[in-house]
Amino acid sequence: MAASAAVRASVTFTQRLVRVSPDCSICPLHRLNLCTGSAGASVSAPSVSASGDCQKEETQEQVVHVVFVDRSGRRSPVKAKVGDNALYLAHKHGIDLEGACEASLACSTCHVYVKSEFCAKLPAPEEREDDMLDMAPMLQENSRLGCQIILTPELDGIELTLPRVTRNFYVDGHVPKPH
Amino acid sequence: MQKMIINRIVRIHILSRATGWRGLSSVSGPRVCVVGGGPAGFYTAQQLLKARQDALVDIYERLPVPFGLVRFGVAPDHPEVKNVINTFTQTAHHERCSFHGNVNVGRDVSVEELRQAYHAVVLSYGAEANRPIGIPGENLSGIFSAKDFVGWYNGIPANKELCPDLSCETAVILGQGNVALDVARILLSPLDTLKTTDITQHALKALAGSGVRRVLIIGRRGPLQIACTIKELRELVNLPNTRAEMLLSDFEGIKETLKDLPRPRKRLTDLLMKAVNGGEDKAEKSWSFRFSRSPVEVLAGADGKRAAGIRLALNKLEGSGENARAVPTDQLEDVDCGLIISSIGYKSILIDPAVPFDPRRSVVPNDMGRVQDTPGLYCSGWVKRGPTGVIATTMNDSFDTARVLLQDMETGELDLSIKKPGAQAISALLQTRGVRTVLFSDWEKINAEEERRGKPHGKPREKLLDVEEMLQIAWS
Repeated sequence: MAASAAVRASVTFTQRLVRVSPDCSICPLHRLNLCTGSAGASVSAPSVSASGDCQKEETQEQVVHVVFVDRSGRRSPVKAKVGDNALYLAHKHGIDLEGACEASLACSTCHVYVKSEFCAKLPAPEEREDDMLDMAPMLQENSRLGCQIILTPELDGIELTLPRVTRNFYVDGHVPKPH
Repeated sequence: MQKMIINRIVRIHILSRATGWRGLSSVSGPRVCVVGGGPAGFYTAQQLLKARQDALVDIYERLPVPFGLVRFGVAPDHPEVKNVINTFTQTAHHERCSFHGNVNVGRDVSVEELRQAYHAVVLSYGAEANRPIGIPGENLSGIFSAKDFVGWYNGIPANKELCPDLSCETAVILGQGNVALDVARILLSPLDTLKTTDITQHALKALAGSGVRRVLIIGRRGPLQIACTIKELRELVNLPNTRAEMLLSDFEGIKETLKDLPRPRKRLTDLLMKAVNGGEDKAEKSWSFRFSRSPVEVLAGADGKRAAGIRLALNKLEGSGENARAVPTDQLEDVDCGLIISSIGYKSILIDPAVPFDPRRSVVPNDMGRVQDTPGLYCSGWVKRGPTGVIATTMNDSFDTARVLLQDMETGELDLSIKKPGAQAISALLQTRGVRTVLFSDWEKINAEEERRGKPHGKPREKLLDVEEMLQIAWS
């Protein structure tokens, strides 16, 4: 009984949480296998399945292949759905992309470089995104904020690279060469 | 004496472990102490916890409430910037992280005692003082540092009695960075905008009765050196019921340089130029930038006690771009005003004599975050780099320091084979000194109370202004 009350409470919490961070891996409903999919980030989410499992049906047309390239050059290919938000996709797959302001265009921590041939396939940034990009270190022509990239079928194969912003770069046993 | 206590605590701890007392699983992992519970502290902790599954991180904070300038510095009308609190809350809830509020490092416990109890100590205590202007009349009433003024409307307990007199028509702000623009915006915003924010109730009341109609934002150098960012400038430009009053002559020759400027500076300058004579002509309130002017004296009114004006020296610019220098000429200009807010920078202070400190730059001297000549001591955030930058800057900086610390753990610079008692030893020490800490779950009671008090006013929270009251609720 206490468990179901807890689940009910967590549904409200989750629905609030999901509006800002639809990261299934930290959601208690997902872990308890009780997700109704009602909070899914995908705009094309099919109707909820009776068993209540997280919606995993993907038809071929809905899949968008994305490659994240992290700061050490490591490539992480992931399968996303049309309508997914690149920032939350990164979180879902443990990619090291911060989203301090939770996609509200109030910071530049989700700054990514978009592979050039895909730049034109993205809608032009609105003024507020450009304003935030102005504050991002190592700004380039192909810079965008990850939280503003919504995946479409035309973006299949897109590569998003995380900028190297630090002077001392040390990851997983790599020792920077002395200079 | 302290060493004896620590040794005793370590022995008790090991004994407890041997008898199966349920403690944290990673007793042999690195124990790190972070001093300061603001963005630098939390981001450093986050990285350490993520990179090492055996690390225990303890965050010490002087106030009963966490989050530093995210709570006390970010403007009330910028709630999205405060979303980062959710990230920090997740870190605090991490099973290998614990928050200890109401601990004044330097007074309740020394940095040396922390260094004995932990493998590494990271100083992330920011910049709590302000740079003095250094001119006569600076101590007259009616002048405030932006740090105190912002603290007043943002609920810093020490600033609750500030009581600035807002009855004058003209306010002068010295400095043209984001903090200066925040202050201008709060002074000129329609009350309806502010009413639903977490601005303190007493500030709201004072602003409701404010006579300020004109705000001058003064900088030493020219339009191309202005330190604010475009988002804040755009908010000022778009403020309802206000007009911009700028001098066309300040922008002579600027248009020609636009095309060669890097993108952020170009967009900012573009917007600035559009704002010249912009806004509603009939607007009753105005703001303006005045360039190439430095304050030389605050002028007192008839009673000799209150500021009634400010004397400015006109500068000429030598050099160009970000490194242009302001050189004063002997031309002076007096501006009548009743409120002066100095927004020329925050400043870090020394909290413990055992910590190296550079009094000229007011930072802890360090190499990439490793404190000079002090193995095991690190720093991150403003106390490391100086008081500039947005949250994202501090985030990157904190990640830098964390990486350096992790590197030192890997290479053996930090000897992890030595067992360190961590929080147990420090808590015991604090107890003997009559200091009781505020846990994160205690802060959550304060948080819930603030949200509860905000509801009847339609505000996200009504901040508690009294440390004693905070503690009472925390420990209830």
